[in-house]
Amino acid sequence: MRKFSWSRVAINLTVLFLIVIWTLPTVGLFITSFRSKETIQASGWWTVFGQLGSGQFTLDNYDKVLFGGDGMATAFLNTLAVTIPAVVIPILIAAFAAYAFAWMDFPGRRLMFISVVAMLVVPLQIALIPVLKAYLTIDLNGTFLAVWLAHAGFGLALATYLLYNYISQLPKDLMESAALDGASHFTTFTRLVLPLSVPALAAFAIFQFLWVWNDYLVATTFLGIDKDVQVMTQRLVSITGSRGQDWQLLTSGAFVSMIVPVLVFLGLQRYFIRGLLAGSVKG
Amino acid sequence: MQQASADVPRRGLGQSLVAGVGRIAVSVFVPIVAFIVLWAGFIFLRDSGANKLGGVAMLYVIANWLTEKLPNAWQRRILPFVFVGPAFAILTFYLLVPAVITGWESLLNADGSQFIGIDNYTYAFSNPDFIVAIRNNVLWLVIGTLFSTVLGLAIAVLVDRSRMSRLAKTLIFLPMAISFVGASVIWRFVFSFQPEGQPQIGLLNAILGAFGIAPVSWLTGAPLNTILLIVILVWGQTGFAMVIISAALRGVPDEMLEAGRIDGASEWQIFRRLIVPTIWPTIVTVATTIAILTLKVFDIVIAMTNQNFNTQVIATLMWQQAFTFFDQGRGAALAIILLVAVTPVIFYNLRQFRGRAI
Repeated sequence: MRKFSWSRVAINLTVLFLIVIWTLPTVGLFITSFRSKETIQASGWWTVFGQLGSGQFTLDNYDKVLFGGDGMATAFLNTLAVTIPAVVIPILIAAFAAYAFAWMDFPGRRLMFISVVAMLVVPLQIALIPVLKAYLTIDLNGTFLAVWLAHAGFGLALATYLLYNYISQLPKDLMESAALDGASHFTTFTRLVLPLSVPALAAFAIFQFLWVWNDYLVATTFLGIDKDVQVMTQRLVSITGSRGQDWQLLTSGAFVSMIVPVLVFLGLQRYFIRGLLAGSVKG
Repeated sequence: MQQASADVPRRGLGQSLVAGVGRIAVSVFVPIVAFIVLWAGFIFLRDSGANKLGGVAMLYVIANWLTEKLPNAWQRRILPFVFVGPAFAILTFYLLVPAVITGWESLLNADGSQFIGIDNYTYAFSNPDFIVAIRNNVLWLVIGTLFSTVLGLAIAVLVDRSRMSRLAKTLIFLPMAISFVGASVIWRFVFSFQPEGQPQIGLLNAILGAFGIAPVSWLTGAPLNTILLIVILVWGQTGFAMVIISAALRGVPDEMLEAGRIDGASEWQIFRRLIVPTIWPTIVTVATTIAILTLKVFDIVIAMTNQNFNTQVIATLMWQQAFTFFDQGRGAALAIILLVAVTPVIFYNLRQFRGRAI
């Protein structure tokens, strides 16, 4: 049994208070997303607790926002289609590069590595206008490929840097014995280095996943205004702009956009924290 | 490989000169070839309806297969560039070259047809909208960074001493997973305003109403609206600060704290004189990381107010100039101003990070 102390009570109360403050806005959003348009306008979401069981909840909002004119269902699939390749492509390319920087000898290695790391300090905003113009010339704007490659480009410096930090720390003996056994670099990389680097790959993958899924700026620049290819953040901003008082759509739409990253986050929190501690900080 | 190096004959001066020139030629030539090969691969990816992910992996397999067909010595020379080439080419195309182009375009007029020197910059600094944007970015930088970091530190210290530490950490960290756009919708609802007399559905105005205070239109008056937008960032980033700082706190040696207690230091003195200095590098890393975010903030402002009511920041003005007014020159100048503001912070952040071990 712990000794009773006032300071412990105070700490627990403070923490409880913080939990409430941090969660309340999201709870309000969640409850509101199940209320009809009229009831949302007529009373605050907290009043539902006074009349539980009166059949006041509805799934209509989700039906409307997903399959109505706002097309959140299409946007959901688009987000998925944008995110998965935009995570896998940079990781694959960065892992190859990180391996070469760590374990291969070639002219210009140091210079090339320094230039890659230097790219970490360039904010992606600087690239938007020229890349968009290049895309327009080669007729790539508004396609998923355009966004995948853009995310790959903007995430690559960090990915290479992080994976290099990890891959270069792998035991030297292991690489040498693989070479003695006659394994080519390609075999060593795919059979040995990739499996051993899973923790680092996973950490970066989660980070990049959350980044791309939640991104608005890159998507809105390179996907444009065509609803058929827009991602969820774009649809949400468009609803806030044109119908900012349609809370039934905004709340349900926001929840649809949040559900996947929140689940990924809760399920893989450990890896995510490891990634953050390794310095997953985007320039 | 071992055998190959044993076979290399002793070289004369002429030979090593040729080898040296050859090496330079290779290091110039190979990235160019890599770029051309990648370009062909890219066209293939764009035009084929095939599975594109498999496509990227396949390009490596094909490139590797081709390289393995080459004689041994050439294979050793070229393979590294097959590995590094794509990363290098993509970074060149997406960051290096665009940064240079943006720098140049910031000296040109709206459609890039004429050189106008620093006019875009003088325009920016004499434009009242931009002055307000700078003020707002300073507010974001100072308030956002300070509150996220200090709250994160305070919560990290508090939470470990409470019974609900796991739950509290998860719930406070959770907003990290939510997009700034999603977070903005959540908080728009909190700040929601109805004219007096109508039911207030926003939490904040309802609380005011409970105390008999008239509702406030939170998001229309500057600079209060910017400060309320900063609340959203603090809500999202405090969890990040808490998690990183909490990991650093675990690294503070217990003996040191015990020694402090034996010497009769109060808990506050121990915190102030022992804990904070020990984890200071981590605090700086967290603060600079959040500072970078505040300087580049964009989504929250667009989703909350669409940069109306004097809430604009540099990034939103840049976007507006470039993609709404189609004034490339001014957009590029604002992008360069953003770069100049952010890059030193990122640089410092990276240096701090390298010298730190968690």
